[in-house]
Amino acid sequence: MPAFDLHERPLRELNRALHALRTDTNETLWRVANPDGRHSIAVGLDAPVTVEIGGNAGYYCGGMNKQATVIVHGSAGVGVAENMMSGAVHVHGDASQSAGATAHGGLLAIYGNAGSRCGISMKGIDIVVRGSIGHLSAFMAQAGTLTVLGDAGEALGDSLYEARLYIRGTVKSLGADCIEKPMRDEHRAQVYAKLEAAGLAGEVDPAEFRRYGSARQLYHFHVDNAGAY
Amino acid sequence: MATPRTRPRFSATFTPDVMSEIRRAAATGIYDIRGAGAKRALPHFDDLLFLGASVSRYPLEGYRERCDTEVILGSRFASKPIRLKTPVTIAGMSFGSLSANAKEALGRGASLAGTSTTTGDGGMTDEERGHSQTLVYQYLPSRYGMNPDDLRRADAIEVVIGQGAKPGGGGMLLGQKITERVAGMRCLPPGIDQRSACRHPDWTGPDDLEIKLGELREITDWEKPIYVKVGASRPYYDTALAAKSGADVVVLDGMQGGTAATQDVFIENVGIPILAAIRPAVQALQDLGLHRKVQLVVSGGIRSGADMAKALALGADAVAIGTAALIALGDNDPAYEAEYEALGTTAGAYDDWHEGNDPAGITTQNPELMKRLDPERAGRRLANYLSVMTLEAQTIARACGKSHLHNLEPEDLVALTIEAAAMAGVPLAGTDWIPGKTGF
Ligand SMILES: Cc1cc2nc3c(=O)[nH]c(=O)nc-3n(C[C@H](O)[C@H](O)[C@H](O)COP(=O)(O)O)c2cc1C
Repeated sequence: MPAFDLHERPLRELNRALHALRTDTNETLWRVANPDGRHSIAVGLDAPVTVEIGGNAGYYCGGMNKQATVIVHGSAGVGVAENMMSGAVHVHGDASQSAGATAHGGLLAIYGNAGSRCGISMKGIDIVVRGSIGHLSAFMAQAGTLTVLGDAGEALGDSLYEARLYIRGTVKSLGADCIEKPMRDEHRAQVYAKLEAAGLAGEVDPAEFRRYGSARQLYHFHVDNAGAY
Repeated sequence: MATPRTRPRFSATFTPDVMSEIRRAAATGIYDIRGAGAKRALPHFDDLLFLGASVSRYPLEGYRERCDTEVILGSRFASKPIRLKTPVTIAGMSFGSLSANAKEALGRGASLAGTSTTTGDGGMTDEERGHSQTLVYQYLPSRYGMNPDDLRRADAIEVVIGQGAKPGGGGMLLGQKITERVAGMRCLPPGIDQRSACRHPDWTGPDDLEIKLGELREITDWEKPIYVKVGASRPYYDTALAAKSGADVVVLDGMQGGTAATQDVFIENVGIPILAAIRPAVQALQDLGLHRKVQLVVSGGIRSGADMAKALALGADAVAIGTAALIALGDNDPAYEAEYEALGTTAGAYDDWHEGNDPAGITTQNPELMKRLDPERAGRRLANYLSVMTLEAQTIARACGKSHLHNLEPEDLVALTIEAAAMAGVPLAGTDWIPGKTGF
């Protein structure tokens, strides 16, 4: 099991070593000590390995991840798992703004709270937040799911496209073109599946969530909608 | 004898163009969207002239004495900088706004000429990667189609903050052009009117930008040059901050720069002409001790080897072309006049690129129209044009006694108008007066 102490060796070496891993590597568990909030830890990975980060990470931890599982035993800065393609990123503390921004796939599980713009422009990722999320979350969200056990801040889902938002607590306000939609069995099953993926199944009842999505009124320009902005 | 009458007189303020726009606005209630760049007359490279060599300086022999053209981009931090045979590159234009054939033709033409081409807002297609020897991959606010594999198969990365046609504006692609393929690449439903964001989703301001560039370098193991593209508005500060944030190359696009689709009011009224932007950008790099270390690529209305030579003389390291490249491929060709007329326009004025009906098969996703553009032949035309630009610039440089295009300098230039003299920081022709610098 490779261990990497960021007090001893530079970040660039860690990322290079992780990039050099092949899909069939047997070095499948990496431990990173003393992250001290450094930016860009474990970015651009493309191998089915697990990277455990023993502390707080700075901006863009797990950015553009493919295949790998990145676990942050602390909080994560701006843009954790940004543009992730596949694999998983778990944050045991809180996440700052723009968590999971533009990500195309994979799972981002945040066990604390997430700041503003969580899931901004998301393109297929599944995000699960055990706590609450900040304002303007899922802004222009295109695809994927955002499941939140706590509350959502102002302007949830502003100008969103086809992403599905499941919120268990209160929503301070909905953004332009975002509406509540009925929860049917398929949606409850989807919530259950996402909770299960994040290891949170059984903690709450999927029936307690409400679903939000696009009213699709802004998909085509129309003068009468100019007031929406 | 009838009393003489005044000739009917048009207003210089309410011109026929202005009146037709007021009528259009009154009829529709929505602003005008179009492609291409600013159409109004602006201070430009035409307002500058070169001082050829004579008694005080001697020229170089045409075709006999060398005048080199090679340029290296990205030598500051990237372990694999880019080498171009000639300092003119093809600017980023999205697949979506352009047909797949047009993108392929741009790649073919640029490769023949030994230069690079650039993706755009919509991601990288296999056609363009396959046919582009050197391909710059744009990293835009929308992040449409962004993925680490394409990032790694690119030769350089261009972080787009703005465009000259619309500094402060996001992208726009209307439903007619959002086909299944375009929609799939962007993760959007087909047929919708699509607006891309104008700010990046996960960073704001120069301090964050520095961290973002650091991430892109880490992902690509510090191999690829990273460009930062800005629309010309506050060129001194934007260039300084891009360089401070760690860019290898700053791309500066003036207001004449083309766009696929933007509000006309935006194109014509926001940003500054490239002529006014180059000197402040160069000054910023000089003040940081980074001129020629961080390369400056400029664009916005570059049409010829003369424009290129003038931009280089003002301190740029290379130029980029969009509109001119499309014209070389066949855009607005009078051969399609009958069809342009059927669209209510005329060859040379067609700019409804967002509607996707381009008779030349360039700004369209219509498979029938697209077929009209043969990527091989169009690529050849672009390569010819790029080589003419290079020869023209060399002709001028030799006349000024320069053995490399980069040896051209502001001292080789004079201005025809006071405005151009002030903006370009070169003397008014026949005087030693640089408004704002010497005298008053
Ligand atoms: C059809 C078209 C599409 C464009 N798409 C993009 C784009 O996706 N991203 C970008 O940064 N600039 C885009 N631009 C701007 C060009 O990259 C470039 O800045 C501009 O064309 C340069 O000015 P010129 O057209 O006068 O040569 C586009 C321009 C055109 C004409």
